[in-house]
Order: sequence, then C-alpha cells, then structure tokens
Amino acid sequence: MDFNDSTEEATFRQEARDWLKANEPTEAELEGLDGIEAAKLWQKRKYDAGWACIRWPKEHGGRGASAIEQVIFGQEESKFDTPEGLFTIGHGMCAPTMMAWATEEQNKRYLPKLASGEEIWCQMFSETAGGSDLAALRTRAEKDGDDWIINGQKIWTSGAHYSDYGVIVLRTDPTAPKHQGLTYFFIDMKSPGIETKPIKQISGGANFNEVYFTDVRVPDAHRLGAVGQGWQVAITTLMNERASIGGGGGGVNFKSVFKLAQTVNIDDEPAIKDKSVRRRLADWYIQESGLKFTGYRSMTALSRGEIPGPENSIGKLVGAPKQQDMASFALDLLESSGAIWDPELSQEAGMFQATYMASPGIRIAGGTDEIMANIIAERVLGMPQDIRVDKGIPFNEIPTSNS
Amino acid sequence: MNFEFSEEQNLLREQAGGFLGDHCSTKVVRKILDGEESYDQELWAKVVEMGWTATVIPEEFDGLGLSYLELSVIAEELGRAFAPLPFSSSVYLATEALIAAGSNGQKEEWLPKLAAGSAIGCFAVGEGTGQATPKSLTTSADGNGVSGSKIPVADGDIADFVVVIAACASGDGASAYLVDLNQASVSREKVNTIDPSRSHAKLDFSSASAELLGNEGEGWALLQKIYDRAAVLFAWEQVGGAEAALEMAKEYAMGRFAFGRPIATYQAIKHKLANMYVKNTLAKSNCYYGAWALSTDAAELPIAAATARVAAIQAYYFASKENIQTHGGMGFTWEFDCQFPYRRSKLLSVNIGSEATWQEKLIKAIEEDQAA
Repeated sequence: MDFNDSTEEATFRQEARDWLKANEPTEAELEGLDGIEAAKLWQKRKYDAGWACIRWPKEHGGRGASAIEQVIFGQEESKFDTPEGLFTIGHGMCAPTMMAWATEEQNKRYLPKLASGEEIWCQMFSETAGGSDLAALRTRAEKDGDDWIINGQKIWTSGAHYSDYGVIVLRTDPTAPKHQGLTYFFIDMKSPGIETKPIKQISGGANFNEVYFTDVRVPDAHRLGAVGQGWQVAITTLMNERASIGGGGGGVNFKSVFKLAQTVNIDDEPAIKDKSVRRRLADWYIQESGLKFTGYRSMTALSRGEIPGPENSIGKLVGAPKQQDMASFALDLLESSGAIWDPELSQEAGMFQATYMASPGIRIAGGTDEIMANIIAERVLGMPQDIRVDKGIPFNEIPTSNS
Repeated sequence: MNFEFSEEQNLLREQAGGFLGDHCSTKVVRKILDGEESYDQELWAKVVEMGWTATVIPEEFDGLGLSYLELSVIAEELGRAFAPLPFSSSVYLATEALIAAGSNGQKEEWLPKLAAGSAIGCFAVGEGTGQATPKSLTTSADGNGVSGSKIPVADGDIADFVVVIAACASGDGASAYLVDLNQASVSREKVNTIDPSRSHAKLDFSSASAELLGNEGEGWALLQKIYDRAAVLFAWEQVGGAEAALEMAKEYAMGRFAFGRPIATYQAIKHKLANMYVKNTLAKSNCYYGAWALSTDAAELPIAAATARVAAIQAYYFASKENIQTHGGMGFTWEFDCQFPYRRSKLLSVNIGSEATWQEKLIKAIEEDQAA
C-alpha cells in the first residue's frame, strides 16, 4: 500500500504539470475579461493542446485518456488558479448523455465545440412541481410536423442565461403513467420563446434560473432516445451528476475552523484549548479524512483499470452537512462578531458567513440529503424502493400539490 | 495510487472470513457467552494453527514476519465474527509491547511462545473507575516486585503473563513490567462485564516478581506507542463488527413485514441503514489510512491511528444500537444475535481508551504535527 503513482502515471502527471505551468493564463491575459470570457479562454487553450475533456475519444475533441489520467490531470489543474466551473454540467452530464444517445453526426457537430468551450450547455430537468420526484415534471412537448412545440417552465437551471444548448426532459404523453410519458431532447437555448429569469438565493447570489418556454420549437432530430423513453435517457445524465457534483469544493473546512479556534478566545484562553471544541474538531477531521481516503480507494480502482466500488456515493451526503455544521460552529466561535458579513470586517473575508448562507443549497442541489440516503439504501445496500401510490396511474390523474 | 490491499491480502481476507464462517458462527460466540469457559479453546487452537498469532512476529522468533496489512485483514474478520478469543490482548497488545520494548532475552523467551499460541499475554493499565494517567496509578514497583491491583484486565484470568503499567517508585513517571502470572504472589479473579463472550479479570499483585520491560520511567511513553499501534488493529475489528451489524439489520429489514410490506421499504429504516453505511465507510477508509501508517512506520501514525480509532468507535456503536432498533423487540431478546455487536462495540471502545480520550489524542497529534 502506498500513495505513489505508477511509472506511467508519474510520467503523465509530470507532463500535465509542465504543460499547466507553461500555459496557465497570466494576469495580463485575463485582465478586463469577465468570468465567462476567462473560462472560455482557458478552455480553448486546453482544447488546442489536447488537454480538454481528456477522457473523451479523440474524434469528439478529447484525448482518449484513461479514467485515472483524468483524475491526475484534475488534481494537477486544481493546484493552479485557473478559471473553471462554467463547463462542469456540459462536460460532466450533457456530453455523456450525448455520447450514449445522440447520432454520430450530432456528436461530431456538438461535442468538439463543447470540449473547446466555444459552446456552453445546461441541464433542464427540475420543475416547480418536480424536484426530488423528478418524473413528475409537466412541461409539455407536442408534435407538430417534424418539430415539437414546448410550453411550460423549468427551474434551478444553472447557467441557463449564458448557455448555447441545453438538455431537457419533457412530457409528451400526459395520459401515460408518470415515467412512461417523458421524452428527452437537446435544444438551442437561443430559440425564440425561451425566457430566463435569475433566482435570487438566500446567499445573495443568483446561480440558478427559471426558464420559461412559450411555443418553443425543437426539431424531432434533436430527440435523444425514443418517444416515451425520456426517463431512461435522463438516468444516463443523473448517473453522471453524482460524478460531477462533489461535496461543495471550497469554503469552510477543518483547516480553516482549526485555525479560527487558535485565533479566537473562550474565557480568555484560545478556543482550541476548550475540550468541547477539540472533540467537535476531531469529529470533523475524521469525516474529512474518511472522505479523502475513500477517494483514494476509488482512485486505486481506476488506476488498476477497475470500476470503483460504491464507496464514493457517501461524498455529498457527508460533505454537505459537514460544511454547514462547521460554518455554523465557526460563527458561534466568533461570538457576536459572527453576525458580521463584510469582506473588510469579517474573518477570512467573510468566508465562514458565505459558507453558512450557501450550505443549505448544497444539501439540496443534485439530490437532497434524503434522496442521497435513498440512493445508498437502494443502489448500494440493495433495499427495495418505497411503495409509490402514483404507480401505473395516468399522469394527468395523479393528485398534485395544487389540486 | 495504490491504496488498496494486494490480491494475496484480499485472498487472506476471504480465507479468514470463510474459516470463521465455518468455525465461529454466533453459536460458538453464544457458547462462551452462556458458559463458564473464558474463551473458545478449540477455535484458538485452529487460529494458532493457521499462524494468525504469529503474523507480525519476526521470523527469528519463529513468527511469519508478515506485515500489519495482513494482520489488519485478520482483525477485520475476527471482528466481523465477534470471535470469543484472547487475540487482541495477546497479539495487538502483549506481542506489540515485547516487539517494541523487549530485551533480546525477553523476546527470545516469549515471542516464540506467543507465535505458537502456547503462551497468551495480556495487558494491564486501568485500576477501576475513570481514566488512568501516570498520576492516578497506584500499582507500583520496588526492589521486591510489583504490588497493587489492576481491574479490568482483558483475558487476565487465562493469560500466562501480563504487561503491567505501574507507577515508578518515585516521581510521576510510569514503567512497564513483565509479570509471569503463574506465581503465588499474583491472584486473579474473574469479573463480570457487559460482554461475557470476552473474559476479564481483576489481578492483585503483592510483591510479584517482575521484569522491567523497556527503560525505567518510560512506561507511559511506551504505552502511548503500543496504543497507537493497537488502535489501528482494534479499529479493524470494530469495522468488521460494524459491517456485520449492518448486514444483520439489512437481512432482518428485508424479511420483516409490517403494515403489509417489508420494513426495508420504509425510509425511516432505509435512512437508518444508509447512515450506518456512511459511518462504516468513513471508518473503513480511515482504517486503510491507519493500516498504511502502521505497516510503513509512518511518522503520522499517531494521527492515522486516532482517526481510525475514533471513526471506528462511532461507526460500531451506531451500527450496533441501530441494528437492535431495526429488529424491534426481538432485537432485545437473549435469543437473537443483536446483543453480540452491541456488547462488543462498547467493550472495544473502552478497552484501550475511550472515544473522548482518542479525540483528544487526535487533536493533540495534529497540533504537534503542525508545530513540527
């Protein structure tokens, strides 16, 4: 047992590191660019040199690299301060769905531009009436010649306002049972009749949108899978969502709360000397360490060319509540000043307050804590699904919140 | 990245699990729980025959000279089977103490016997209620030998020798002593515990003849060193037990019907079991870290050991209590097996320092690492 790369992995890591070092965007290059322009510049540079979406086949704009090489490149890239995040959904969720379900011509047209960052993609599944119960979505698509006409509303769509394309699940047969009346498409986000409205969150940010569809036309050729097969196609996307959305990335972690506990006092002594503070810190340390080494176990499986076990499915369920609890604890340590959220006045430029306010969203996005626990129980432990009272009933006869 | 057991080690796990499945069913554990025997001698003889007690003992002392990764694998399976054996006392504690601090003569005398299972060692620190510290120790040694009482000592009633942590004659220090238990100046008495499938005793020493183990006054430092090593192996036993508890709960939930359907379909039960899986997985991955640190003599062993230990204590306690809860009233009966993980989880958690002790050790180790 060791943490070392194999010889090939070490060579690859060095190659990646050298390239990143030589090509990382300079401050001068990024000056005056907004977040989207900066991310596009970096993505294009990676693409031109063969370092974009490296796990994808070469003909789709990738490098044909192995899963472990993708992990290694990600590790190395994360050490640099490069503009990122913009393409997570397109690369991590939309592209695998296209590869599995689109025609070869479509993949040749769309995937290279997705890899190069020229085109941004979003994902439109959730609706006001269908969150955890995703298949309860109601946005309609009706056949009209070679087109479908879309009417309805999607919600919680990240990046809808700057996306060029999006994948979407629509109800094409309201008289069929819930899961059977769905069909999956990809659509041009610049189509007439699409209107996006940002949603202001409790954190103050607006990372998500409502997307309204009024008589929006999508060609039948943009359908992925058969009519009525949308749920199966959506599963492809969702299986990849877990791989794309981690435990929240930045923000509060053990290191920052430990440092804070060394800085602030309880009863005129550093808080870190307080036994109850120490015990809570210990618990968070073992969670963080447990997640880290669970990741190492999965990485080892990839390195051996095997499929990782189900261990990684715990990541979001552990990571998201941990961040919330740690941020809450940090604010308590700050006593009355914990209430101040101001980059000039707050510790760590307000990072503890920002995490406190953002963490409720992380426990919900990409599968709530409760859904993640269901997934572990059903897919990992093999327990049966809950009994569904809407099973087999035509969708338009299922009771809803408003009826 | 090679953060996984080797094929041979995984094969060893399978063999050990298969062997214990055949020879250490819960019927065997129950026999010790209900009977007068302190441990299952027949099972012990088989375990010895397979060389498990000799795993990490160097070949020059008739051991197998294998690594702590092999021992971790065995520990996990012993834990999964709730094995009623003096394995942790003899292998994780007494053997480790001799390897760490024994003189060549002491090693030559005891290690071959420990490897061959002809001697069983045990380890004595606590002296009754509360946490033992160098200041709290009343058992002490002078020119005439060791005097005082130790309670509870795991396997103290059946062991051949004990490693005693005793106060130095003067000052606040402690020293470790090797005491042969087959002598008139030691008396032993079995004590009742929450887990009668593992025997415990009170040992009384009245000027018992003893040999210093390691240097005078360095007993407490030695104890910390041994505990760091034993903690990893205890943690593997705990993880094995926690996984067995989850398995038990799952099997019951799938077959038990209430309100016309298996209780495994209810989210209250599914989320309970999912949480067991989460805690078990965190503990297991931390145990990997501990096993790596132990097998490579890494400088971060104190952090890795405490991390594995705290996570394993929490996981096993949670899984064992929620397993009973999943079973409902039947889980509370003597007839059902839910009692085994529930008893063993708490026993293993207080045996070598409790959760709070190890949480403190963890933060202290992180502080020391940061200062270094």
